Amino acid sequence: MSPNKAEPRPTPQTQPFWDGCAQGELRLQYCPSCAAYYFPPRAMCPRCWSTEVEWRRVSGRGVLHTYLINHRPAPGFEEDAPYAIAVVQLEEGPRMMSNIVGIENTPENLVLDMPLEVTFEPRGSVMLPLFRPAKGARQ
Amino acid sequence: MSPTNGRAAVAIVGAAETTRLGVIPDVAEIELHADAVRNALSDCGLSVRDIDGIACTANPVALAHYLGITPTYLDGTSVGGCSFMLHVRHAAAALRSGLCQAVLVTHGQSGRSRVGVGGRGGDPSSLQGQFEAPYGPTGPPTLFPIGVLRYMKEFGLTHEQLASVAVVQRQWAARNPRAMMRDPITVDDVLSSRMIAYPIHLLECCLVTDGGGALVLTSAPRARDLPQPPVYILGTGESSETPMVSQMEDFTSSRAFRVSGAKAFAEAGITPADVDHLMIYDAFAHLPIYGLEDLGFVGRGEAGAFIEAGNTAPGGRLPLNTNGGGLSYTHTGMYGMFAIQESVRQLRGTAPAQVDGVEVSVAHGVGGMFAAAGTLVLSNREP
Repeated sequence: MSPNKAEPRPTPQTQPFWDGCAQGELRLQYCPSCAAYYFPPRAMCPRCWSTEVEWRRVSGRGVLHTYLINHRPAPGFEEDAPYAIAVVQLEEGPRMMSNIVGIENTPENLVLDMPLEVTFEPRGSVMLPLFRPAKGARQ
Repeated sequence: MSPTNGRAAVAIVGAAETTRLGVIPDVAEIELHADAVRNALSDCGLSVRDIDGIACTANPVALAHYLGITPTYLDGTSVGGCSFMLHVRHAAAALRSGLCQAVLVTHGQSGRSRVGVGGRGGDPSSLQGQFEAPYGPTGPPTLFPIGVLRYMKEFGLTHEQLASVAVVQRQWAARNPRAMMRDPITVDDVLSSRMIAYPIHLLECCLVTDGGGALVLTSAPRARDLPQPPVYILGTGESSETPMVSQMEDFTSSRAFRVSGAKAFAEAGITPADVDHLMIYDAFAHLPIYGLEDLGFVGRGEAGAFIEAGNTAPGGRLPLNTNGGGLSYTHTGMYGMFAIQESVRQLRGTAPAQVDGVEVSVAHGVGGMFAAAGTLVLSNREP
């Protein structure tokens, strides 16, 4: 883990997300009136504009929606290159960017729609959500 | 005579400030905007669904996405503290001419507490800074093409077809003495060039150059007295989707492209079949593919084969990016100006790779990474 990798800085509106990560939980905002989750965090539901929204722990399961493999490493990522920058389709609906760990990041290994599960890695003052191939899935 | 000289009057119907003022250390800057917006909408009784225009000195793309708005009018004019007077003036003109139906002019600034400032990205407390930057992108080449593999899986686009975009545009560039890259290339050359971000190779990325451009606009009556043949604006469109490419609704299509293109074609009263010449901002080789489909020139999933078959090449039925594009002509960082310049040259009949009989040209630009779009329908015939 290089200290040079970019570190997120939470705001009051995103702090609950990062608080969840610190406890090893992926949490998303949920709008009861839409019966839907959304991401990234906002004070109101982007569909119906209700501010009566809540934070819920989600499964941490998803699938690999799309990705590219970066051959031009960012600061701190030199030893990881080439590495995938991925978009994970979460089981609950929203998608989020992440990295894929626990498997060599090659086009052959990274098959779209493969099942993934969340894991966390320390990054500065937060725990950063990353994804790895789901247990029991083809590796 | 009315004070608006016969034009429809425009009114401010809602106005409100943030709920609190003073010291607000618990609210990020973008949420200060949203709070003021909620209060202003409550004040006037309109819903966010009624809003299709947005103006702010921060990034209006980011704010529109945060608020869940699909805009057809964006104004990011930032000239200091009087910017909002300019926003109101521009909004009045936009409303009078039908670019949109209702505009939000917003302000939110965490000037004292400095919470979540730097909303244009790059700041670690911005949403991009928290939810994209930690995963190691190094600029657009390592983010913008992130949907290409999804597109390939959905529609069967091949690596060779993607490479053919660069090959065809080099054919145009070879006819243009001002193009930076003019030597012919093959699909094999593209696929054996350095890998930048799989599946994107070096020759599928735009150039990085220096340069500039300028345009002068005036009224049609005045244009008639000037020396150059006028290029008329038949229709325009604009829209935005999200400042975070990871939050695109569909990684195989740009919502901003679709909304902007449809608006421009409707305003011009034309269909893609009426277009003689086309410019699609090609930051990377996948952009012309998305553009051809999202503007309606071909069906979904058809653009790769369409380009590979030579339809957009010299002699093809839809000349595209005839200056060589961002891939081979020039790309200073914000290439849209050069796309417009080539449309003007083609309509004047002065392009180095002149296409015969161009009467309608479309110049379509992207902003950010599918964050925003703007479309111009131009003609040398007076409407």
